[in-house]
Amino acid sequence: MSETTAPAGEIAQDSVTLAAATPDKAQPFAELGMQQDEYARVREILGRRPTDAELAMYSVMWSEHCSYKSSKVHLAYFGETTTEAMRAKMLAGIGENAGVVEVGDGWAATFKIESHNHPSYVEPHQGAATGVGGIVRDILAMGARPVAVTDQLRFGPIDAPDTGRVLPGVVSGISSYGNSLGLANIGGETYFDASYAGNPLVNAGCIGVLRADDMHTAHASGVGNKVILYGSRTGLDGIGGASVLASATFADDAGGTGKARRKLPSVQVGDPFAEKVLIECTLEVFGKGLVAGISDLGAAGLACATSELAAAGDGGMDVDLDSVPLRAENMSAAEILMSESQERMCAVVTPDKVDAFLEVCAKWEVPAVVLGTVTDTGRLVITHHGEVVADVPPRTVAHDGPVYHRPIERPASQDALIADGTSRLPRPANDEIAALILRLAASENLCHKGYVTDQYDRYVRGNTVLAQPSDSGMIRVDDSSPRGLAMASDCNAYYAALDPYRGAKHALAEAYRNVATSGARPVAVTNCLNFGSPEDPAVMWQFREAVHGLADGCAELGIPVTGGNVSFYNQTAAVAILPTPVVGVLGVIDDVSTRIGPTFGKGPMPEMLFLLGETRDEFDGSEWARVVHGHLGGTPPVVDLAAEQRLAGLMAAAAASGAVTAAHDLSQGGLAQALVEMCVLSGCGAAVTPPPPDAFTALFSESTARILVAVPIPRLAEFAALADQHGVPSSGLGTVTPQRDRLEISGVADLALDEMRAAWTGTLPRYFD
Amino acid sequence: MARVAVDVVIKPEILDPQGKAIEAALARSGHAGVTSVRAGKHFDLVVDESVTDEELERLAGTILANPVIETWTVTRVANGQGSVTES
Amino acid sequence: MTAKIGVITFPGTLDDVDALRAARVAGAEPVSLWHADADLHGVDAVVVPGGFSYGDYLRAGAIAAIAPVMRSVIDAARGGMPVLGICNGFQVLCEAGLLPGALIRNAGLKFHCTDQRLTVERTDTVWTSEYDATPTILIPLKHAEGRYVADEATLDELEAERRVLFRYAGGNPNGSLRDIAGVCSADGRIAGLMPHPEHAIDALTGPGTDGLGMFTSLMNSLLGAAA
Repeated sequence: MSETTAPAGEIAQDSVTLAAATPDKAQPFAELGMQQDEYARVREILGRRPTDAELAMYSVMWSEHCSYKSSKVHLAYFGETTTEAMRAKMLAGIGENAGVVEVGDGWAATFKIESHNHPSYVEPHQGAATGVGGIVRDILAMGARPVAVTDQLRFGPIDAPDTGRVLPGVVSGISSYGNSLGLANIGGETYFDASYAGNPLVNAGCIGVLRADDMHTAHASGVGNKVILYGSRTGLDGIGGASVLASATFADDAGGTGKARRKLPSVQVGDPFAEKVLIECTLEVFGKGLVAGISDLGAAGLACATSELAAAGDGGMDVDLDSVPLRAENMSAAEILMSESQERMCAVVTPDKVDAFLEVCAKWEVPAVVLGTVTDTGRLVITHHGEVVADVPPRTVAHDGPVYHRPIERPASQDALIADGTSRLPRPANDEIAALILRLAASENLCHKGYVTDQYDRYVRGNTVLAQPSDSGMIRVDDSSPRGLAMASDCNAYYAALDPYRGAKHALAEAYRNVATSGARPVAVTNCLNFGSPEDPAVMWQFREAVHGLADGCAELGIPVTGGNVSFYNQTAAVAILPTPVVGVLGVIDDVSTRIGPTFGKGPMPEMLFLLGETRDEFDGSEWARVVHGHLGGTPPVVDLAAEQRLAGLMAAAAASGAVTAAHDLSQGGLAQALVEMCVLSGCGAAVTPPPPDAFTALFSESTARILVAVPIPRLAEFAALADQHGVPSSGLGTVTPQRDRLEISGVADLALDEMRAAWTGTLPRYFD
Repeated sequence: MARVAVDVVIKPEILDPQGKAIEAALARSGHAGVTSVRAGKHFDLVVDESVTDEELERLAGTILANPVIETWTVTRVANGQGSVTES
Repeated sequence: MTAKIGVITFPGTLDDVDALRAARVAGAEPVSLWHADADLHGVDAVVVPGGFSYGDYLRAGAIAAIAPVMRSVIDAARGGMPVLGICNGFQVLCEAGLLPGALIRNAGLKFHCTDQRLTVERTDTVWTSEYDATPTILIPLKHAEGRYVADEATLDELEAERRVLFRYAGGNPNGSLRDIAGVCSADGRIAGLMPHPEHAIDALTGPGTDGLGMFTSLMNSLLGAAA
């Protein structure tokens, strides 16, 4: 087939030779989301105009989503603030896969959170499902078995009709995909706010476990090594943008058959069964030592995998697209490269191990082909139908994308927002507090999320030790070891709206504290930074502030950010979402049997309740202000990371010694919410006296660095000594009362377990069943 | 080569909450005149001359359908007939 | 010399890990059986575990039911080998014709994971002899297609022949007819249930240890018979 004509009705192919011969051909770079100067730069890099396939590769790899061009300059601050001491906590020698921590007994763990926000608005079930699939493959590509997931969901108003469309779809998507993979779902959060109405947030986190020795799999290469593409067949999923190229080439079609424009799905469709066998196949090739390098195919599919693998290795790769198993007809090179078909991975394998690798794939009935070869030419050369359709320096595609310095401007309205605190809002009298407790417990952000979490399998593989609604999820690494991993994720977007710097630090503090509550030691941090448009200087200000808050917080706590994700362009019409920097913290515990959960009244010994930490009058950004007064303004509660560290030290010691039998951290809704939750979860009453200065402040303030604990009476002295030793203030609240099924707050409220349970658990079923 | 369509529907005596949910969704979308929905599956087969009607009934009734809970119909589609809707 | 319990792995199987562990904890030698291998490797009993074999394509358990290993299991079961199907495994045994009835979509249409109370309807089978004294047991349940159905004649026959092995107590989570959570063959040696006993063998990771009894019952029967 010559390069200038094509059989009638077929797509004419744009080869490198043709591109060199037709330098002035107009190309639809703008429709592909590329700027004029970026297009000019590509021409400069290549010394000619790009082919369709090359244009597709650069446009998608240089997009915001893949290149992080708006966030790079700010994310560099994480690197600047990570000390050697912090780096030492990570296992070395991984290259860019630095997100691996040592657990003990020869075990290691890795974790990450990612987002799949926009697709989940378009097609909630598939958007959420493929989001789970993507993060799982990321963990798999690090050499680990994915074993647990958490999800952080944010929807529009709970009573909005569209939320009734989006929420059930998202939850069923996560449920059907995650449950099919054998991943225990151990935690997460679900929030509602109008700013997410046109743009739900679906963040998914995954924990992977591996033997520390097996951690040698980096993106290494070796000239002559083979590149194997394995997994599902490649189709037209997610190619929305490339339709521009297809229509351009159809217009050029000399045959003029008027063939109907192809329908290109903008949503990727996932097949969890395909992912499950992909996982088992991949772990088996790892186990047999058949893998020199590996990459999963996520955003930008083959374009990304080939350019990243080539860039990371000896610098070059030859790829033949004709070998790619397809599930659509007449796919162009650009379409094959940009396809986001799910459940695919790319492995680099030494020639002597190729047969063994393909044999494992055959055993699991996973399609696999040798796609290409590693070279030392410094070029990624891609052929299709016998012609070279791409010949690029891979680093320029994968790493040397544009770097933007977006304008930043603190919004003019911020001062007024900060000045509008809650001190003038009318506060309830003592006799109104009981009703307020129930009202807040039933409110959409504080209510029990069982409707969501009961759709997830928490038991698979039999290593789950804590799951929602515990403050953090915890899994045993393996039944041959007592070591465990805890994970928690948090973000109070209201606090972040008032002060993005402090709000991000607060998210870190809360996730850190949630992990510490179980008795685990926090060791690593990940993040998923969800923001509006980077073209909005106010959003960039929020973003920069949040990055700095999180990085400074990590440096203060001495635990590193091991990886993360940025999602921009989250808007409802022209209105940005609340800045939502979700922070995930991973912790390690030496013996899972010592972990602390949130339920009291189970043991033989009577328990007393203590409030650890200090309570101040802090209501700005609180659930009380929002639910009762529709108010958001002021300054978020103070974040004291040194206090959080002392608290974490105490909890780890208390867990190891058994001096604390139950614990629950305080956050939104304050002490009242924590008491309601512990009593209902425990199926057991309590009798407490609100500490000074007044009942309202004691019960609803959202001061940080506080945990509610139950201590068996014989251990009181020991506990007091531990608290003292760790410098944590502790005030006695009262007692656990198993013989009464009521929560008594003296002088203020006397609530039956049944009515608290009805209020707390009745909300979601009322809206979504 | 011949085309064969096999339709499998859950038996009438079995409660079909999925069908009921779909019926309710139709009603909510303004199609109140739809008074019953039962959900099922449709299979398109391409078979060669060696496949008899008896064999089709057998494979439909043992593999494509579970006779404990489903009923099925097998239809040979004459060439050029039958509607194939591109979605 | 202890008894060997085989646990099958199909593509998509998930709870083989826990079933093998339960077998080990009960004192057996756990043996992994691959779906494509018709050889049962001399096991004394077979567990068909939970998960999503073949992605639940066509119908849950339908494709797994005709795997090479299942042909051997059906033969062995007809010859008296104890066989237990858990969740997806129960679906496989029904599709394979070893147990009557079928499992279809939960009445609530959603996947549901919870700790469920069950009554043990008979304690004179190889799978339930250890449950003599207990009124109810607490076992995790996690499925989207667990509603047990069969026609009235079959249900009446199951009741008359004492072949209902477990019933849901304190609420029916999926709409199963007659609250049936598990059934067995007339001699009780072939059994299937939707809940997961293998997730209730250690209080550290489950709601208790009520599930271990199914595996220790089997071991008592196998080792007692060998004497």
